[in-house]
This record gives sequence, structure tokens and C-alpha cells, in this order.
Amino acid sequence: MTDTGVTIAERMSANATQSALELRGLGRMFGALAALADINLTVRPGERRAVLGSNGAGKTTLFNCITGDFLPTTGSIRFFGEDITAFPPQERIRRGLRRTYQISLLFTHLSVIDNVYLACRGVSRGRFSLIRPRRDEALMQSAVELVDLVHLAEVRDTIVAELSYGQQRQLEIAMALAGAPRFILFDEPAAGLSPTERRDLIEILTNLPGHMGYIIIEHDMDVALRVSESVTMMHNGRIFKEGRPEEIEDDEEVQALYLGGGHGHG
Amino acid sequence: MAVTEHPGGETARQGSGFWPSVWNAPASRWGFAAILLLIPAAAGDFWLLQVYGWTFALGIVALSLQFLGGYGGMVSLAQMTIAGFAGYMVAIFGTSSVEHISLGWPWWLNIPAAIFLAVIFGTITGALAVRTEGIYTIMITLAIAAAFFFFVNQDYVLFNGFSGFNSVLPPTLFGVDWREPTAYYYMTLFFAVLAYGVVLYVSRSPFGLALQGVRDNPRRMAALGFNVTAHRIAAYAFASVIAAVGGLLLVWSNAQVSPGTQSIDWVINILIIAVVGGMSRPIGPFIGAFIFVLLENWSETALAWVGLSPERFKLVIGLGFLAIVLWSRDGVLGIWESWRARSRRDPLTGRAPGDDA
Repeated sequence: MTDTGVTIAERMSANATQSALELRGLGRMFGALAALADINLTVRPGERRAVLGSNGAGKTTLFNCITGDFLPTTGSIRFFGEDITAFPPQERIRRGLRRTYQISLLFTHLSVIDNVYLACRGVSRGRFSLIRPRRDEALMQSAVELVDLVHLAEVRDTIVAELSYGQQRQLEIAMALAGAPRFILFDEPAAGLSPTERRDLIEILTNLPGHMGYIIIEHDMDVALRVSESVTMMHNGRIFKEGRPEEIEDDEEVQALYLGGGHGHG
Repeated sequence: MAVTEHPGGETARQGSGFWPSVWNAPASRWGFAAILLLIPAAAGDFWLLQVYGWTFALGIVALSLQFLGGYGGMVSLAQMTIAGFAGYMVAIFGTSSVEHISLGWPWWLNIPAAIFLAVIFGTITGALAVRTEGIYTIMITLAIAAAFFFFVNQDYVLFNGFSGFNSVLPPTLFGVDWREPTAYYYMTLFFAVLAYGVVLYVSRSPFGLALQGVRDNPRRMAALGFNVTAHRIAAYAFASVIAAVGGLLLVWSNAQVSPGTQSIDWVINILIIAVVGGMSRPIGPFIGAFIFVLLENWSETALAWVGLSPERFKLVIGLGFLAIVLWSRDGVLGIWESWRARSRRDPLTGRAPGDDA
């Protein structure tokens, strides 16, 4: 994008690093407000990382920049070594990046299975196919398996608008697991879930195949620290601390800024 | 907009299979199909041509709007323009009374060429319109419709200006004169059923499902790997095929195409037909077209009967349009759905059977 972005990108490609995700000098302005500033973040393939921070810390903006919902104002994004900074969202998704949304963005007039089927179809060929899917089609089969995985088999043919909030959150996760994800961004997947649903969520996340890394934004520390091996703390659009979950939990500065403030939702 | 998609109502679940559940259709559908096939035995020429034939042809053009609007969330006012464009093409490439323009190609070359060019025209229209949303889509397609109307009115080299083309006749296939009322009825019925079936089928295909996904949530569609803009443009191309077929049938029924074929009046009439019928399912446009044609033919008589001047016929259509838009979120289909939901509800619990989700 900018001059710095290009030079950094060139240097990185010379190194031929194999990070899953590599952010260099990432920044995003909204008018005069710096929602993100100078974010440098490297995540290994298969790494599970939590991003914590109070509301307005820039966590969701970070996700939006990584998936291409917004373009960053400065800096570069590499996904498995490839510079995707200027790619449209669909090109990033087709390369194995996935995300869930904090506020469910689902196709409310379609059924559960149709939502998941679309997610599977989006990362495969035949997006424009005019032929109806057969029940035994491989994509339809994997959609059915994903619906089962998130415990939604009973409501498979129900219109999404009629699902409970928790079920919609589970559907979000099923859609993020479609295709062959290499790296997933979970935006507050536990928000609004019942205790049982939280246990199911933790189980789903910890049972993901080892090569599937993710970043999880989560206010519920119980969930966040149990499903992650490293933690990045954000405040006012900047990263101010990185470490292992134990270190972060014990850090005084972190406790003063964040943990002491109680576990807010949303 | 309450644009839910339940193909075949209660048979929605079977409808997700590879083949639409034609053979499992309830008896009422078979009865309706039999009536459609037997109508020419009872109806006079006027009814066959001016009422039923016209309903099917207008319904097909409005169906192309239902596909874009109901499944894609894009309200295009250019569908009648695309239909008229196809009509012009068939007059220019084929035969008409304007011999110095018409090229006289045989039908098997002429008709595909006309539909192909109409699809190009519709796709370009779509490419311009899809970058806008809501009211701006309506405005840009209306601008294209108005521009085409004034252009054909003034261009005498290709479009023969104000008078257009006369004697634009359907080909005489299998020794049948397809303008003869019974033949015209069956021809328009055939294409109406075909277009209806194709739209219903495609609505459950990956392309159709993705289009509904784009309607519900374009941002999420991009986050699933879909190219939203390309998908919308493809929807315009698909709808253009349907509009073009409807346009040819309309032009053949009058044997003529002129600027009036796609005047602003007609452009808006197609919108009224689709909205009055209902946009959620492909049957809606045909219901809307039938109501529109009945009003168009008989409201003048009815007005004269109560002592009003026949020019007030637009007042009747306007009031009917207002009433439907005010009292139903989805035209006649919406009224039907809410009536059926009410009649099925248990009077004690207020719950509908199967409402267990």
C-alpha cells in the first residue's frame, strides 16, 4: 500500500517466513481517530492466540482489516507468506482464512443447512452452478457433518430467523469451519451463550485439528485462557503486551487495565 | 422486505432435493394444471389472446423482476426495457413491414440472436446498477429505461422512430400459426410454465442460494469466498433471458413493437404487477399480471357503469396498488399466507401445527 508497506513486504518475502499471519505496521484511521496504530503481530501456523482488551481497543477493527472488510490505512498483511494487504475479502477466504462475527451475520431467510452449504460452496468451484445439489454430493455431506459438529442437527432445515441466539452463534462457527480453513478469526464466540453452550464451544475449539490456528477475541477470560496458548493485549488501538496466558493473568498492569474492570459482555 | 423463500409451501423440505417434487404435488395443483390445459375449450378468442396470453407474457417479464427483487434484493425498472429490446431485435433481424431495415433472417438465427443481444444489454444494465443500493438501483435502471424509450422514439435508422415495426410475427413452426388464439395461448402457457419452473429450480441451486445470501447479507457472502458484484451481475444476465422471452411473446401478440412497448408507463406497470402479486415466490408475478389484465380490460366498463369517465381506470389501479401495499408486506401472496396461517392456528393456544421450533 504505502511506501513502508512495500519495502517491508519485500524484505519479508526475501526471508520467506512461514508464519500463518504476519502483520507489519498495521494502522487504520477513521477520520482523525486511529482505531489501529502500528500493529506488529506474528502468528505461527496452528497457533491459538487470544486477543484481549476493553471495548474500543480495536480488536474487531483488527479482524476487519485482516479479512478485508476494511482496507488498512498503513502497513501490510501476510497470510502464509503471501501479501494479501490489498486483496478483496473473497480472495482471502479462498486462501483458507475464515472468521466469525461478533454480531451474527447470517442469512436469516435461509435454512441452517443452506447457510452452511453456502459457506462450503463459497470456497469451492461451482459458485455459479445452476444445478441443484444432490443429497449425496460431497459438499452437501460436509455441510451436514458441520451442522452435526455444532449440535444443530435437530434444526437442520429450520429457517435461521427462528433459531435461538445461542444456536445462531453455533451456526456462525460451523460456517467458519467450512472448506479447509488454515486460520480462523473468532470474534467473541461465547458472548451470550449459556454455561452448557460455553462448555460445548470450548470442546469444539480444543478439538479442532492441530494445524488449524486461530485468533479469538473473547471477554470471558474463562473461555479465552482455556482455549489459547498465547495472549495479545490491546488498548486504544495498540498492542501493549504479549505473553502466555499465565503471565497475562498475573500481570499487574493488565489487571489494573482490564481484568479489574469486570467481565463485560459485548 | 419479508422475502422468505419456501418453494412449494409445506413441501419446502422435499423441495431441497435434486429434482423438484413435481410428482408428489398435491391434488389441487394437478387440478389447477388440468384447468390451465382445458381453458381453450371454453374461452373465447378475446380471453385467450387478450386476457390469458397477455397475463402469461406480462407475467414472464414481471417474473424476471421477481427473480432480481425477491431473490436478489435488487429492484430493476429496466426489465420491460430489456423485453422491448428483445422485441426490437427480433423485428430488425427477422421480418416486418419495414423492409428497408429488417434483415429477414430465418427464425432459428433471428430468435437466439435477439435473446443473446438482450442478455448483453441486460448484463450491461446490471453492471451499472449493482454498484448501487435500494433507491439508487431503482433510479439508475429507470434512467436507462427512459433513455432507451427516448432513443428509439428519435432514431429512424435502426429503430424506425415513433412508428416502430409492424407485422412482427412468430415463426410458423410445425405448420401452426402461433398467433391464432388457441395456439398463442398454449405457446405463452408453455413458456410461462417453463420460466416459472426454471426460476423455482434455480432458486435452490448454488447460484440461486448464493443470490439469496447476497440479498440477506452481502458482507458475509464476501467473507465466505463469494464475489458479490459478479454474482449480482450474473443475476441480471439470468433475468434478462426471462425478460427477453417475455418480450418476444408480447411483441408477437400485437405483431408490433414501438417505443410505446417499453414506455415509462409500462416500465412502472411491471413493477406494479410484481409488487401486487408478491415478490417472495415466482407465482406472484403471474397472479399480479392476471389482476392487472382484468383491471385493464374491465375497470373502464365498471367505471362507466357507476357513471365515472373511463379514463379513471388508472385511479382504480392506483387505489388497488395502495391498498395492497398498505395491508400486505408481500402483495396477494402475503395476504394469502397470513390468511392461511390464521386458519391453521389453534384457536385456544394460538399456535400453528408444526410450529414447534
